Amino acid sequence: MPRRHDIETILLIGSGPIVIGQGCEFDYSGAQGAKSLSAEGYRVVLVNSNPATIMTDPEFADRTYVEPLVPEALEAIIRAERPDALLPTLGGQTALNLALSLSDSGVLEEYGVELLGARVESIRKAEERDLFKQAMEKIGLACAPARIARTYEEALAAVEVIGFPVILRPSLTLGGMGGGVAYNRIEFDAAIRWAFRQSPTHECLIEQSLIGYKEYELEVVRDVADNFAVICSIENLDPMGVHTGDSITVAPAMTLTDKEYQRLRDAGRAIITEIGVDTGGSNIQFAVNPADGELLVIEMNPRVSRSSALASKATGYPIAKIAAKLAVGYRLDELSSELTGTNAAFEPSLDYVVTKIPRFAFEKFSGADPRLTTQMKAVGEVMSIARTFTASLQKACRSLETGRDGFVSLLDEVDYPALAQALSVLRDRGEMPNVDPLEDDAIRPPADELKAAVLEVVRTPLAERLWYLGDGLRLGLSVEELFEATGVDPWFLAQMAELITLEDELKAAGLSADGELVARAKAAGFSDDNLVGFGTLPAEGARAARAEIVSPLFGRVDSCAAEFETETPYLYSTWPSAPGEGESEVRPSSGRKKVMILGGGPNRIGQGIEFDYCCVHASFALRELGYETIMVNCNPETVSTDYETSDRLYFEPLSFEDVMNIVEAESPDGVIVQLGGQSPLKLAVPLGRAGVPILGTPASAIDRAEDREQFEALLEKLGLRRPEGGIARGIDEAFAVAERVGYPVVVRPSYVLGGRAMEVVHSQAELSGYFKKALEALRGSESQTILVDHFVRDAIEVDVDCIADGERVFIGGVMQHIEEAGVHSGDSSMVLPAHALPPEVLASIRSNTRALALELGVVGLMNVQFAVRGSAVYVIEVNPRASRTVPFISKAIGVPLAKIAAKVMTGVKLDELGLPREILPRHVAVKESVFPFSKFPGVDTILGPEMRSTGEVMGLGATFPEAFGKALLAAGGPLPESGLVFLSVRDADKPAACELGMRLVDLGFALIATGGTSEALARAGVEAEHVLKVTQGRPHCVDRLADGDIDMVINTTEGASAIRDSRSLRRQTLVAGIPYFTTIAAATAVVAAMEDRRGAPMTVRALQDYHKDGRLNRGSVPPRRAD
Amino acid sequence: MSDTHQKRSPEPSRLVLADGRVFRGWALGASGVVTGEVCFTTGMSGYQEVLTDPSYHGQIVTMTAPEMGNTGVNAEDDEAARPALSGFVIRRSSPRTSSWRAEMDLDSYLRERGVVAIEGVETRTLTRHIRDQGAQMAALGTEDVATLHDRAKAAASLEGRDLASEVSTPESYEWSEGLGVWDPEPSVAADPSTRPHVVAVDYGVKRSILRCLVASGARVTVVPAQTSAADILALSPDGVFLSNGPGDPSAVGYGVSCVEELLGKRPLFGICLGQQILALALGGRSYKLKFGHRGLNQPVKDLATGKVEVTTQNHGFAVDVESLAGRCTMSHVHLNDDTCEGIEHAESGAFGVQYHPEASAGPHDARYLFSRFMQRIEASRA
Repeated sequence: MPRRHDIETILLIGSGPIVIGQGCEFDYSGAQGAKSLSAEGYRVVLVNSNPATIMTDPEFADRTYVEPLVPEALEAIIRAERPDALLPTLGGQTALNLALSLSDSGVLEEYGVELLGARVESIRKAEERDLFKQAMEKIGLACAPARIARTYEEALAAVEVIGFPVILRPSLTLGGMGGGVAYNRIEFDAAIRWAFRQSPTHECLIEQSLIGYKEYELEVVRDVADNFAVICSIENLDPMGVHTGDSITVAPAMTLTDKEYQRLRDAGRAIITEIGVDTGGSNIQFAVNPADGELLVIEMNPRVSRSSALASKATGYPIAKIAAKLAVGYRLDELSSELTGTNAAFEPSLDYVVTKIPRFAFEKFSGADPRLTTQMKAVGEVMSIARTFTASLQKACRSLETGRDGFVSLLDEVDYPALAQALSVLRDRGEMPNVDPLEDDAIRPPADELKAAVLEVVRTPLAERLWYLGDGLRLGLSVEELFEATGVDPWFLAQMAELITLEDELKAAGLSADGELVARAKAAGFSDDNLVGFGTLPAEGARAARAEIVSPLFGRVDSCAAEFETETPYLYSTWPSAPGEGESEVRPSSGRKKVMILGGGPNRIGQGIEFDYCCVHASFALRELGYETIMVNCNPETVSTDYETSDRLYFEPLSFEDVMNIVEAESPDGVIVQLGGQSPLKLAVPLGRAGVPILGTPASAIDRAEDREQFEALLEKLGLRRPEGGIARGIDEAFAVAERVGYPVVVRPSYVLGGRAMEVVHSQAELSGYFKKALEALRGSESQTILVDHFVRDAIEVDVDCIADGERVFIGGVMQHIEEAGVHSGDSSMVLPAHALPPEVLASIRSNTRALALELGVVGLMNVQFAVRGSAVYVIEVNPRASRTVPFISKAIGVPLAKIAAKVMTGVKLDELGLPREILPRHVAVKESVFPFSKFPGVDTILGPEMRSTGEVMGLGATFPEAFGKALLAAGGPLPESGLVFLSVRDADKPAACELGMRLVDLGFALIATGGTSEALARAGVEAEHVLKVTQGRPHCVDRLADGDIDMVINTTEGASAIRDSRSLRRQTLVAGIPYFTTIAAATAVVAAMEDRRGAPMTVRALQDYHKDGRLNRGSVPPRRAD
Repeated sequence: MSDTHQKRSPEPSRLVLADGRVFRGWALGASGVVTGEVCFTTGMSGYQEVLTDPSYHGQIVTMTAPEMGNTGVNAEDDEAARPALSGFVIRRSSPRTSSWRAEMDLDSYLRERGVVAIEGVETRTLTRHIRDQGAQMAALGTEDVATLHDRAKAAASLEGRDLASEVSTPESYEWSEGLGVWDPEPSVAADPSTRPHVVAVDYGVKRSILRCLVASGARVTVVPAQTSAADILALSPDGVFLSNGPGDPSAVGYGVSCVEELLGKRPLFGICLGQQILALALGGRSYKLKFGHRGLNQPVKDLATGKVEVTTQNHGFAVDVESLAGRCTMSHVHLNDDTCEGIEHAESGAFGVQYHPEASAGPHDARYLFSRFMQRIEASRA
């Protein structure tokens, strides 16, 4: 059956902001979907609130709406665009839930919109736990013993039948949100309430724990004619009990006989058929008992997923693209996988091993429970491809950007006995004591004690358990002992053991290691640096010494294990099993000029999709100019690692060694390091030293901006002001600087992104407490200095992004932060254009920006952060590179900054691109951040200088209140329309709070306030109920919150003790899911937004209408021959 | 089986192709020098089934999937009493076996069964070489390169060789084992006396085929490859099955004449070599593919229903569908290269497929063909 002709317009829903459990994999799938539906001639209407996505680039759809993903907005879009059909299966759980809600409310029926990809009944059958269980029983497949509960009493009754430990799986949540493991009644009581709250249907499955079972996933597709194919099998190294998004996973499955694998495949087919997904892809998860092969079905997602993005990258089979085509009526046999030209019903065959390792950010969330359970906690992931599992594992380890150069020993860093002790406290009391890293001169405990501690530690799944397993093997623990403790399949453990044996051999051989041994080490995935560490290669000239023995080969990902000749543009490095064996498949020369773009590596807090967006744009722009582009990245979620994005994709770690291997194979004419964030940027200097041509801003400019002394000299030369401060190379120097400039001071290590370990400290005691954390953050970085600056209180922060070509500067946007200075710019909400700064301040910001860009010799992007107090403008930070606001500005002003920057880097001038000095939009755009606090109960949610948001949304409107209201709606859901608002503010905010109180009363809200605030309100004549603070006795404000009386919270604090006191309050708002605001500026903006919205219907507008004048195409130049 | 076995200290070994290309690695399994036609299979699971599939007789098989031996070997997964292939080439053997089903590790099994193998070979490079240069003879062992090259050049090609006789059973036997716990759709066992009788001609039959026939309700007698049509008919079969097997169908003249006689007398079903023999008996021709189809992921379209099956394949020869024009119809086609994957002779009800509906290793998409055979038998009995 060919493409359907009875539909013309298709609405595609994205997944919104990046959150834990829903990352940029849905931008990859959405972008693929939009592209392929457009190519089929459909009119595509797209909606996503996340501006940092490629899918919301206006050229990817006919109509692009950056609007909140809420039913109201969707209905308005449907009304305006009248789509014939809605495709909800490419936008994660968000899109699926939204589609269900639009179906339930009758909107789809009212406007005659057909659901594509999955029918409502199918979605329900797959997602609602009891329906799914019934469906599985019907086809003779077993699930874990479980019962569904909708009330606490039902849940309790279920536990009595099933017995502890139990797994809680709420219905219709994403990333296992609300799920968990309970070992006893106390844990259960807390967990079940949390689970019910997270489920939109207040429904939870209480399931017998299958901890220790092996876990597998199948990525499957099925078409309207019942044709079916398995695209990829995935085996989890971490057994059941750890969310698959938090598990190390391997493709293809490694420890199944064919008979067992086919049993999975048959089950997969039966499941997708029974659930009724007949035009698309699904992910199905299984548990297998390692003792007897018993097979249990865990769950299925009737849509593309994180795992299907991984499977697409692992196999070269574009699942989302094929799923989109199946949804519009094509059959598998009518489609071909464009990578190889083979039929889409051809199941990929892999002749390599793929390993995915999740990337965590626990260091950002002090107090978080570090145990990995069924609720996902990872913020990103890396993938690696190699010919053997050991090589693949080591490559993935060094892709993580955690300062671990592979599968290395942590015996000198991790205090295992203390960690074991802390975990035991965590189990008993629910809180994890801090475990300090080992000091250099720490005395090691006796070997037996250490062994016992490691064996104890590995029983608990933790972010770095893989490395702990390695240390266990190093200490002499056996594969059997570790299997018994962890349930990790002995096959994986034996592979790790082989690496440890090889490590010992290499250490023993030292510099006298023969070529055969070195080649074997390289084939097993050890880096040159590892070999230097073992003494096998000389510290000086290691690379050259190794190259005399063996050099890497490059293989192609071709979906067919080389069965067919292909010229796929998708490559990975591999090392020959012995010197001289094997052939490399790189065909570098095309005659065109080549630019290599280094991507951003794994998503983590501070470095997310925004940088990938910039890299992708650079590739698009340079291809437009006729260059051949080469992308290097190791993040499987992204659009940059779609093999169609660039002329060639190298799926490789962003380490110096791995990047140099590609440089040597390809000899690019230039390398771009300034767009992918910190990961590639830190390679600028070593690559430059190795003679690699770096495009754009020279590495020396980065030094001038980052190195404190050079930076100060620069500002002095330009006559610019900055808060007083200094550099400290130790704690005593830090004290001295702080004394000199006066507390509070803001402290941070130099050369870090996302405010890692950045803090505002108010006293010497706080400063000394800060130091340990800072040293941890500096692990693996070259510079060991701490920056100490006076903190400008009550300042307004401003971010500016600009592009310079060495002669001229184009200001992309001046964004005013809504929160006061002190909140990290990545966490702060921002508004463009700056809505409340005097013209002379804006003028000074602009001239400062221009002066800095020209003086630094920036060629490409630059970001400057300013603090403004009164008319004083201070330069806080200058970053001569892409910033995370680049996509936001691009969408707001309708000019693709990253594309322009990439062109400028190759020598095109701003004048040639027809750009003015600046574009001031007539509308207002607000960026709001999204936080993962609900994943980390126990973590304080107050915002500070350390970035903790995972993603962002954009609100667009005619006025600031409208745009801000939309941004809030997109980030956190609807604001209350009536009810009780809690107010408790620091003294400085009391006047503003009184005014807000008055406006809230006008809006129909009642107020409740604590001591001082309540008095201030009374004095101002605003009626408010008085309530006790937590420290004043009971019932207090947190009790009232717990009772469900309060609908919104405004709470501002200052000073460490006040912050501590109000912590339980913030915590409770989180548990209750109540909107809360911790700065008066944000609260003021919120009230304005509420006033704006009152009673008015939501208006929506497409980007194509905002930028009617065709500005979006600005920055295009006629393609020039790049020779 | 849970102990991590000690790998032997590596002994250099090599695979030398007739065209002089040398691939180095380390010896695995039995010692000695073997020759055969070097081929590759892209299946990611089921190395034990590959090792024991009689259709690989005369071949040195390269596994494109790099990690081998992970789940060891077990008696149940043997497709024949002994391995028939000439040699086994892999990238890496597992340092440890991990499966509840394992009874032995791969290396011990290879040694015990006398299979000469090599690991550490850059199998992707080898696969690309075979793909580009076509199938050719090769020698494998720990001898020096020159000796191996001479052996490879001297080895007789598979074309025109009757390999089926070499792997067929010497005597007839009854087969009664079904798919057991691995049957995805177990059916109620019928009384053996009322089950239709299928005589399976063994050109190198895989046990899974016999199991599938039993699971579909047949009583099965297996006869040697060279059994005459008269002797087969003397067994009063309700249907005759033509098995898979190694090599060139044109070398199995006795099979072709046997089938010519059986056509129209009993329902016939052929798999792989059995299908090629059927095609020759219908007056068609076969030809050698450049490097064959070997894998578990080959998409085939059933031209009658339009449905796509993901199939297991293992063949170096194919049926020339043009040569059958007017005699029978092509029932299945390969979606990647449009080669003939199945034929249907409407007149006699005989049919056959080039691929392996019994799978093992591989997907079960085509199991329906066994039911189709049984239905034809039922219809002809009625």
